[in-house]
Amino acid sequence: MHASSSTPSSRTSSEPPEAAPGTSSGASPRPGAYDVLVVGGGVVGLATAWRAAQRGLRTVVADPAPGSGASQVAAGMLAAAAELYYGEQRLLALNLASARRYPEFTAELEEASGRDTGYRACGTLAVALDSDDRAHLRELHTLQVECGLDAQWLSGRECRRLEPMLAPGVRGGVRVDGDHQTDPRRLVAALLTACERAGVAFRRAAAVRLLTAHDRATGAELSDGTRVSAWRTVLAAGSRSGSLAGVPEHVLPPVRPVKGQILRLRVPGAYAPFLSRTVRAVVRGGHVYLVPRENGELVVGATTEELGWDTTVTAGGVYELLRDAHELVPGITELPLVETRAGLRPGSPDNAPLLGPTALPGLLAATGHYRNGVLLAPLTGDVMAEALATGRLPEEARPFSPLRFSNALQELTV
Amino acid sequence: MADDLLTIADTTFTSRLIMGTGGAPSLEVLERALLASGTELTTVAMRRLEPNVRGSVLSLLRKHDIRVLPNTAGCFTAGEAVLTARLAREALGTDWVKLEVIADERTLLPDPVELLDAAEILVDDGFTVLPYTNDDPVLARRLEDVGCAAIMPLGSPIGSGLGIRNPHNFQLITERAGVPVILDAGAGTASDAAVAMELGCSAVMLASAVTRAQEPVLMAEAMRHAVDAGRLAFRAGRIPRRHFAMASSPVDGLPQFDPERPAF
Repeated sequence: MHASSSTPSSRTSSEPPEAAPGTSSGASPRPGAYDVLVVGGGVVGLATAWRAAQRGLRTVVADPAPGSGASQVAAGMLAAAAELYYGEQRLLALNLASARRYPEFTAELEEASGRDTGYRACGTLAVALDSDDRAHLRELHTLQVECGLDAQWLSGRECRRLEPMLAPGVRGGVRVDGDHQTDPRRLVAALLTACERAGVAFRRAAAVRLLTAHDRATGAELSDGTRVSAWRTVLAAGSRSGSLAGVPEHVLPPVRPVKGQILRLRVPGAYAPFLSRTVRAVVRGGHVYLVPRENGELVVGATTEELGWDTTVTAGGVYELLRDAHELVPGITELPLVETRAGLRPGSPDNAPLLGPTALPGLLAATGHYRNGVLLAPLTGDVMAEALATGRLPEEARPFSPLRFSNALQELTV
Repeated sequence: MADDLLTIADTTFTSRLIMGTGGAPSLEVLERALLASGTELTTVAMRRLEPNVRGSVLSLLRKHDIRVLPNTAGCFTAGEAVLTARLAREALGTDWVKLEVIADERTLLPDPVELLDAAEILVDDGFTVLPYTNDDPVLARRLEDVGCAAIMPLGSPIGSGLGIRNPHNFQLITERAGVPVILDAGAGTASDAAVAMELGCSAVMLASAVTRAQEPVLMAEAMRHAVDAGRLAFRAGRIPRRHFAMASSPVDGLPQFDPERPAF
């Protein structure tokens, strides 16, 4: 789908595509520079690198261990409709646009990498366990319908006919057949292979400082002491995107770490399928979800904690997840608990991602995806590659420009 | 209302609305809601907080010069609450604490026995203690006796939005308290905040009513006005309730209508 028609292959590396007149001569990275340096090899950085390389851009990813961050922790729910919140209708449009790309993205990626990504078009069922949570879910359903989403209200008994393992106390639910899932671990593995096959170079070291010259980003210094020069640098370092040295203070993305603890259980063959779609609930105000994979893995998540860089798995976190999951699906107590883990979501002030050029020429952002990094990976790869190749951010991504935060700040302080 | 300040311990505030941060849909909405509320004092859960992160709730409060009131949410024993308060003092450099010791997760009601124990220990330790308590006038008095700087009775359970379920108890508490009485928990909409102030509360503390509203920023502004209106009404003194009507316009000297000849 990204054929070479728009590939700027005739361009030489001494002609950056959208450099302002008069700025290119003195600010050029040294010869041998890459077209694109992606800082961070998570699902967002790898999707960006893969798509950029497909367009003929010479691309390098800097990450000490690509695919080992939040991508290993994330549940992989593609929950555009089920995770709708008031005031986030604009983000909904972006999430839906990316969800629509998933089938084709998956097919192309699996073809390019020769790997399965665990994409499963199984739908989602959101249920309520008491009358307060039911009222909350009713309100969400009204909002979903107002937003034109395909969401169907079901009685508790109807919910249990769909998913017999649900607790008898289920009071009602919303069936969202368009919210699917993928397996982020297999997804990043496939992206890594696809990147390598597309010619993306990997530098297995952390970017420790952005390099600039004449008010322009020119690459990064890495933790091994080497430097990588590039015409464009993409900041895709997840929750760490807000703390890269060398980025001017007013350009640093306002991204903070938001901790999530998550559990992985296994459904033994005798119990299969156990659940046939993603099941989620608000239990006394807290969110819990269960994502059943075709390979028998059952992911239970997730806490939301503002605790800085802490990734400790705590007794309380595991307890709360199991308590709520057990209330929702009592039978989980019989399943082997395989893994407990905590990761960091890159939270932005408005929960939406930062996509495209920053205020510093040569530096772009693809970060702040918060809960939606996996969901937004296909769209992020596409719009970032378009911005990198043509200098123009596609229309659908423009409301998510990193520049919106400098403007918002001014509005608040007048 | 610059001439009518709220004083807690040694500190005065212009705003009588204390905010919480839990439940906000995003940091950006929280920021705008806090500004719209006009609050000068905002509580944050110490167990859900890391002081030194860029872009955190805490840095947001510092940016707008809103005083931080750490709370001990999630503690079930006096021991846990005391420990959490001490960690908060160390991390934030404030000896103010909103003391919460809850009895169970279903109701989140305060445990009065543990609460009083913790309050006594923390006051002895030099803390300025603002306890979240039941709407029990006797317990309120006991908390004041051990040296709490304010009393924060619940109107109804946290997050329930059921308003003040026992206004009479509130009046009993405010009438005899020598420290500020602050409605904590239960406000669901603006009129609840106004009622609290009319009953003699010195301030209103709320979170969910704003953060979980469909339009948090609008609700924050509504709450600010409601607290001001309720305070003014309290100071103005409400009229006595009467069984029968009493005309508000004078009747003497008005022209008499002839029922046989309508005026129109």
